[in-house]
Amino acid sequence: MHQLPQQLANGIILGAMYGLIAIGYTMVYGIVQLINFAHGEIFMIGGFGALTVHLALPAATPLLLALPLMIAGGITAAVAIAVTAERFAYRPLRGAPRLAPLITAIGLSIALQQAVWKWYPDAKKARVFPQFTGDSLHLLGATVQRGELFLLIAAPLCMTALGLFVSRTRTGRGMQATAQDPDTARLMGIDTDRIIVIAFTIGAAFAAVAAVAHGLKYGQVDFRMGFITGLKAFTAAVLGGIGNIYGAMLGGLVLGIAEALATGYIDHIPGMAQFGGGSWKDVWAFVLLILVLLLRPQGLLGERVADRA
Amino acid sequence: MRHRPLLIIATALTTGTLALTACGSRDDKDTGTTGNPGGKTTTVAIGLDSPLTGDLSALGQGIKNSAHLAVTNANKTKEVPGVTFKFLPLDDQAQPTSGQQNATKLAGDKRVVGIVGPLNSSVAQSMQQVAQANNLALISPANTTPDLTQGKDWKQNNRKRQFTTYFRTATTDEVQGAFGGQYAYEQIKARKVYVIDDQKTYGVGLAAAFAAKFTAMGGTVVGTEHVNPEDRDFKAIVSKAKATTPDLVFYGGEYPAAAPLSQQLKDGGVTVPLMGGDGMYSADYITLNKKSAGDYATSVGKPVEQLDSAKKFIADYKAAGYKDRYEAYGGSTYDATWAIIQAVKTVVTENGGKLPDNPRTKIVEALNKVKFDGVTGPVSFDQYGDTTNTMITAYQVDGTQWKARHSAPYKKN
Repeated sequence: MHQLPQQLANGIILGAMYGLIAIGYTMVYGIVQLINFAHGEIFMIGGFGALTVHLALPAATPLLLALPLMIAGGITAAVAIAVTAERFAYRPLRGAPRLAPLITAIGLSIALQQAVWKWYPDAKKARVFPQFTGDSLHLLGATVQRGELFLLIAAPLCMTALGLFVSRTRTGRGMQATAQDPDTARLMGIDTDRIIVIAFTIGAAFAAVAAVAHGLKYGQVDFRMGFITGLKAFTAAVLGGIGNIYGAMLGGLVLGIAEALATGYIDHIPGMAQFGGGSWKDVWAFVLLILVLLLRPQGLLGERVADRA
Repeated sequence: MRHRPLLIIATALTTGTLALTACGSRDDKDTGTTGNPGGKTTTVAIGLDSPLTGDLSALGQGIKNSAHLAVTNANKTKEVPGVTFKFLPLDDQAQPTSGQQNATKLAGDKRVVGIVGPLNSSVAQSMQQVAQANNLALISPANTTPDLTQGKDWKQNNRKRQFTTYFRTATTDEVQGAFGGQYAYEQIKARKVYVIDDQKTYGVGLAAAFAAKFTAMGGTVVGTEHVNPEDRDFKAIVSKAKATTPDLVFYGGEYPAAAPLSQQLKDGGVTVPLMGGDGMYSADYITLNKKSAGDYATSVGKPVEQLDSAKKFIADYKAAGYKDRYEAYGGSTYDATWAIIQAVKTVVTENGGKLPDNPRTKIVEALNKVKFDGVTGPVSFDQYGDTTNTMITAYQVDGTQWKARHSAPYKKN
């Protein structure tokens, strides 16, 4: 049992990354009821944006100094692509039946993957992402890598900022109003198109932060990294209650911890030895999703309309 | 939320669609050398199948270039008088479905006399049937799963040739894994090992052969774990492995996952070397992994740099100016391609200097008897289609390079 603190730490770190990406799914869904399947690729492009900045800087730049610039670069790339996608791929389909934008999103996802594969130099295989050197840190009985510390700081900061933005600012309240009833919101003088662009922007920015965290954690970015991670983050958003920003983060954490604990402990249960370990962790994560959806179809924190944004 | 069912169905459908569409082949460009201005020469083609894109493209590109080099050399020196070879490389992205499509495509081309490839054992399984049905020779420079040639009962020593048209210039995991087990016990002096595999045909077979030999010699397997090949987060497994205090971790799988695994092991406090097979033996393993120092990998054959027979290959490869390195399978690929060229030569000679109309069956027959000194040493195939060369080398990461530590032919005993 003495690996419990470590496994929890593993789960929380992984979950915080899922949560940051899940914000993008949940905000866009909350406002326009669109599952933006290209969001995983927005995440991936954020990673490549940050990598580009790193490559452009002199090689001797300390990573700690370069990091803010890399984050800015990642956010710029991700937001640019997300806003362009919204303007040209999704907005023309705003009034169309729901399946049309869904399929568009899938098409866009493939197109973005291929574009990076084709045009980013050497992106046909995984590219090396810079990492912090030095020993890992020991916190509360768990070992944490230096790069992971970034996630542990960035995720709560981002969530607090987003929470304040949505509840305190005019634009944030406009988002809540649009989520509740877009037509009435427009009648009340809210520029819903602008609100939607802001939702895409925030989602993309958060995904870019997650992508930088991904790069620091694993030391690599590649053109396919958004697919599996995006799917997991989407699961996290549904688990937490799609449309709810706190739900997305909670869903991410629950999913991450469930994966870590399933890997660590299922095979210790008598008779379950063959269902444990790394190969079954995704199965258990989805079993959890199904159980939650059976008992609470709206997700863990779903359907609290007032908080939806 | 009345649309919940739609949401769920759409999710399920799109997941499936994405998984399928990710498998299409991407690079169908002909980079072959053609040019047969209606002379007396016959043009035949040698197909190639390897992952030219994706995670394993470093190895796959090395395979493509080395085969291209063999074809170019054969054309330049007119190795087979009256026959010009064309080169048809296809990308399988390490996906069995793509491999099968490529095999079907090449088999349908009457000019194709043989296929070099694939890299992955799981891809080979999907190509063997197609090659067999079309009497087309398929020679892999890299497949190491014993089942491919000897059938699934090889463990009970009930060996039976599976496909008469399938050959390989790489030795099997049975040999490589056992060599690794012996090396770990005798030379690394490990006694407790934690074994991880990636659930692919190659990884599982290699890890099983390693564990069998290691325990037979007196070592202990303190834990086993299986991961998904796409995983990059292994922290939960690291925590588990740490609790068992191993003095070596063995990974049956390939470098894209092995690199983050090794790094996370060391970051997580498991400060022992990671050991793997030829799938881990890539320069990219070291660039992707800042904590690779001290890790081990075995690979088939001797390092080509140490072989006199390989000097010409290395010089030619450099002179040709390929963008990617030849990597682990350069030598064995050149030999596999050269084996097809030699088989064509035999058939042409026996047919009075002219290629017969349907040469495929005859080429396969000739391959069974082929014998020449290749880049990696003497090349010939045994009764299962396996190479008779069982030379294996253990490498260790030293600084930023793999250094050969120990080479020996493995003998079963």
